[in-house]
Amino acid sequence: MQAETTLGRAGLWFLVALAAMAAMLGAKDSGFAAHALIVAIIAFGLLIVSVARFDPAASLSGFFKIPQEATRYDDDPVRWAVLATLFWGLAGFLAGLFIALQLVFPELNLEPYLNFGRVRPLHTSAVIFAFGGNALIATSFYVVQRTCRARLALPGMARFVFWGYQVFIVLAATGYLLGITQSKEYAEPEWYVDLWLTIVWVCYLLVFVATIMRRKEPHIYVANWFFLAFIVTVAMLHVVNNLAMPVSLLGARSYSLFAGVQDALTQWWYGHNAVGFFLTAGFLAMMYYFVPKQAERPVYSYRLSIIHFWSLIFLYIWAGPHHLHYTALPDWAQTLGMVFSIMLWMPSWGGMINGLMTLNGAWDKVRTDPIIRMMVMALAFYGMSTFEGPMMSIKAVNSLSHYTDWTIGHVHSGALGWNGMITFACVYYLVPRLWKRKRLYSLRMINWHFWLATLGIVFYAASMWVAGITQGLMWREYGADGYLVNSFADTVAALQPMYLMRAFGGFLYLSGFLIMLYNVWQTLAGRLRDEAPMTETPHDEEADRPVPPTAVPAE
Amino acid sequence: MYEMLRHFADSYFLIVMLILFIGLSAWPFRPGAREHNHNAAHSIFEDKTDGE
Repeated sequence: MQAETTLGRAGLWFLVALAAMAAMLGAKDSGFAAHALIVAIIAFGLLIVSVARFDPAASLSGFFKIPQEATRYDDDPVRWAVLATLFWGLAGFLAGLFIALQLVFPELNLEPYLNFGRVRPLHTSAVIFAFGGNALIATSFYVVQRTCRARLALPGMARFVFWGYQVFIVLAATGYLLGITQSKEYAEPEWYVDLWLTIVWVCYLLVFVATIMRRKEPHIYVANWFFLAFIVTVAMLHVVNNLAMPVSLLGARSYSLFAGVQDALTQWWYGHNAVGFFLTAGFLAMMYYFVPKQAERPVYSYRLSIIHFWSLIFLYIWAGPHHLHYTALPDWAQTLGMVFSIMLWMPSWGGMINGLMTLNGAWDKVRTDPIIRMMVMALAFYGMSTFEGPMMSIKAVNSLSHYTDWTIGHVHSGALGWNGMITFACVYYLVPRLWKRKRLYSLRMINWHFWLATLGIVFYAASMWVAGITQGLMWREYGADGYLVNSFADTVAALQPMYLMRAFGGFLYLSGFLIMLYNVWQTLAGRLRDEAPMTETPHDEEADRPVPPTAVPAE
Repeated sequence: MYEMLRHFADSYFLIVMLILFIGLSAWPFRPGAREHNHNAAHSIFEDKTDGE
C-alpha cells in the first residue's frame, strides 16, 4: 500500500514535470519558458523526494529546531509562515534599499534585469505579498485556532496554502526580473500566475472557514471577522482585476478584459482595496488579538471594534477613485472616491483609539515591555497614515501631491510604521511560544530594533514630505508668459539630497530588522541573553516610610 | 442595461446598504448585549496556556 501511494505520487510529479518541460519547449516567449522550467524543477525535486528515502522536510525542521511533540493546535504551518515572513522581509527590504540608492546613484541601474523598472515591483510585491502575506497566513492560522479553540481543519490543504503561496511568490518575483508584467500596479503577475494564486487563495478560504465551523467557542472573535473579510475581499479583487485573455496558452502575454478608463478604475478599485483589505483589515485582525494578549487586558471596547469593522467594510470599497483625480474618470466618480476616503478617517481613528485605549491602566508597559512599545508605535502610525490618506484624497491637496514623492512617503509611513511594526511585534510574540522557549533571546534587542526602525521611518517620511512638496511646487510653477519654469530634470536634481536621506532611513530600518533576525535565530537555538531587565525600580530606603503628618488647612 | 443598473444602484440598493450598515453598527448596542460584548472581549483569555 505504502509503495503504491509512493509510486502514484512519483508518477504524478513525473507527469507534471513532463508537462512543464513540454510547455517550456513550446513556449512563445523566453519568460514563459523560464517559468515552465522553474515549475519543472520544482516538480522534479518533488519526484525525487517522493521516491528517495531522503526527507528534506525533516532535515529542514531539524535545522530550524522545530518542536516535534504532538500539540493541541496545529502550529507547523504557522512556524513555516513565520520563517518565510522573516526571509521575504529581508529580501524585500534589501530590494527597497537598492532601488532607493538607484534613485541617488543612477549607475546602479544594472540593465536589463536589475533596473529600477523591474526591481521596484519586486520590492513592492516582496514586502506586501511575501512579507505581509506570510505574516497574515501565520497569524491567521494561529489566531483562528486559539479563538475557536479548535485544531486547524484540513491540515494537508493548510500546508498546500503555505507552499503554494511560496511558489506564487517565486514565480511573481522571477517574472518581474525577466520583464513579465501586465503593468497593473500591485497586480503585475501575468494570467497563469494569477490563476495559480486563485487556487491557493480558495484553499486558504476553505481552511479558514472550515476551522471556524468546527469551533468550540460560540462567538466568533472579532479578529476572525477581519481575517475573513481580508481573505474574501482579496479573492474578489484579485479575480475581477485580473480578468484577462491570454494571447497564447503557452505565452506570458495577456490583454485585460477592460479598456481605457474602465480598466483604470478597475485597477484602482483593486489597488486601493488591496491597501484596505490586505494591509488594513488583515493587520487589524492581528491588532485585535495580539495587542490585548500582550497587554493582558481585553480590547477597550468590543462595540467599537464591531463599528470599526462594518465601517471599513462599507466605506473602503468606494475610495479607489481618489487615485484617479483629474484624469478621464468622470468628475462625479472622483468626488465619490474623495468623499468616501474622508469618511474613512473616523472609523480608522476609532480603531486606533480602540487599540491604544486597550492599554488603559497599563500604560507603564510602554516603558517596561518593548513589544507593547512596538504595538503602540504601530497604532500611532496607523492613526497618522489614516489621517494623511484622507487629507491627500481631497482634490485640492491631491493637485499638489499626486505623482510626487509625498505619496511614496505616505505609503511608507503606513507600510513601515503600521504593517511593519505590528508584524515585528506579532513575530516577537509568536516565536518563543511556537518554539517552546521561556522567552526571547533578548528583550533589549527589541528595543534597539524599535528605535532603529522608528528613526528610519522618521528619516523616510520627513524627506519624502519635503521632496514631494518641492516636486509638486516645481512642477506647477509657471512664469509671466505662462511657460513652465522648471524642466523635469530640474526637479530631479533638486530632490537628490532628499533621496539620499530616504535611503539612509531605509538603511536604519533594515539594520533594525537584521537585529531582529539575530534575536530570533538565537531564540530558535534556545539561548537566553544574560542582560539587565528593561527597567529597574531600585528600593529607596529614604522614601519608603509613611507620609509625615502635616497640618491640613481648614476648609 | 447600464441606465437600469445605475438607477437601481443609486436608489433602492443605496437605501438597502445604508439600512444594513446602520443596523449592523447598532446591533452591539441592543439591550442586553453588554454582557455578550464583555464575554466576547474576554474570550481570548479563558484558555490560559493557548495550547503551549
